[in-house]
Amino acid sequence: MSYKVKLEVFEGPLDLLLYLIKKNEIDIYDIPIADITEQYLEYLELMQLLDLNIAGEFLVMAATLIHIKSKMLLPPDEADLLPQEEEDPREELVRRLLEYKKFKEVANVLQDLEGQRKKMWTRDAAIEMDGGDVFFEASLFDLITALTRVLKDVPKEVFQEIIKDEFTVEQKIHDLLHMLVMTPVIRLTELFKNAKNKLEIIATFLAVLELIRLKEIIVAQKRSFDEIEVIRNEKHRLNIE
Amino acid sequence: MDREQAKKIIEAMLFVSDKPLFLNEIKNVLEDLDAAAIKEAIGELGKYYEESGRAFRIAEIAGGYQILTDPVLAPWLKKLYKTAGADRLSGPALETLAIIAYKQPASKPEIEAIRGVNVDGVLKTLVEKNLVKIAGRRETVGRPIIYGTTQEFLQYFGLNSLDELPKLDEFHFTENDIELPEHLKKEQEEPKNEISEPTQENR
Repeated sequence: MSYKVKLEVFEGPLDLLLYLIKKNEIDIYDIPIADITEQYLEYLELMQLLDLNIAGEFLVMAATLIHIKSKMLLPPDEADLLPQEEEDPREELVRRLLEYKKFKEVANVLQDLEGQRKKMWTRDAAIEMDGGDVFFEASLFDLITALTRVLKDVPKEVFQEIIKDEFTVEQKIHDLLHMLVMTPVIRLTELFKNAKNKLEIIATFLAVLELIRLKEIIVAQKRSFDEIEVIRNEKHRLNIE
Repeated sequence: MDREQAKKIIEAMLFVSDKPLFLNEIKNVLEDLDAAAIKEAIGELGKYYEESGRAFRIAEIAGGYQILTDPVLAPWLKKLYKTAGADRLSGPALETLAIIAYKQPASKPEIEAIRGVNVDGVLKTLVEKNLVKIAGRRETVGRPIIYGTTQEFLQYFGLNSLDELPKLDEFHFTENDIELPEHLKKEQEEPKNEISEPTQENR
């Protein structure tokens, strides 16, 4: 099994460039493009090696760097020899870097302010945190995690024969809606508890997903990794009949 | 109404309120006091808290007044409410907020042009956290949605107004020739629109 490391090492290509500039103690107004491009590409390779997901933006910047590099290697155009101010191909990049750097510093200021503010408490801060009934809407990831957990507990059987559609998603949707009429909040694990086999669990799971899509139900959890609850979406009442 | 009485009422209001209390809200209650007198009373109250070693401080936040605890007490309060104040904004969130705070109203492509990365997810989180709000649409090609900061933003960072943020040109590297945001805008207009709302462009 290959596992992916998800690391937010750099916020983006500009961040990486600023890092390289700082590391090499380079004058930002006079960037040795060839050097920096090389190091930048080395970094991308390293990221690939670590199986990090390289965002498209990093590749766009790589192309930009190479473009600038090639421009600087070329002799100036005939037209450019005319007494006309010559534009440094790096200029636009430098401007972007400086602009970005500025906001990065502002972000630091904000972070300091946040830290200071978090040291001072107001009454609502305490109330909010202790309210207990704050629900997060569970993400698809949470749902799938719950599913894998349930599937793990299913008694190991050999599923080799072809089983007829004993459990259909339609039927499960119908059942689920009926159950919700009786009890407005059902734990997801309870839904799976009585399932006879994997197929039934999967049919139930798909029914849950379908009902979420139709906005008939909401799945929520009180905090991350907590029990997931299935709740009827009151705002979207339906007639089951 | 005597002065001490007024001060007591103001103190009670500040104590009860769970958000910064505006001067005019206090004025509506204490009709016979003018703004200056109320401000003075609040000032005295704050001074009293500090000088007599009480646990409270009065801060001017988001244009109002609010009672906060003395920061030195944070370690104990953290023990009481373990989860509170633990979550901090991420780097990308802070960068995006910084850009919006200074450039507002700012569109997604404008933010992305500066940060150099996609900001879909971050923007969504910031809107959900109510630190950023949709401020309308820009009347240009594609009519992109523009974002601005909220009252909540000021409260979150303990600011009284946006003016309290440092001026952008106080940061070094901004001298002479770099200070051309408009120029920059013009140059990046085209790629910006490409990123933004493809559906609108393909009309």
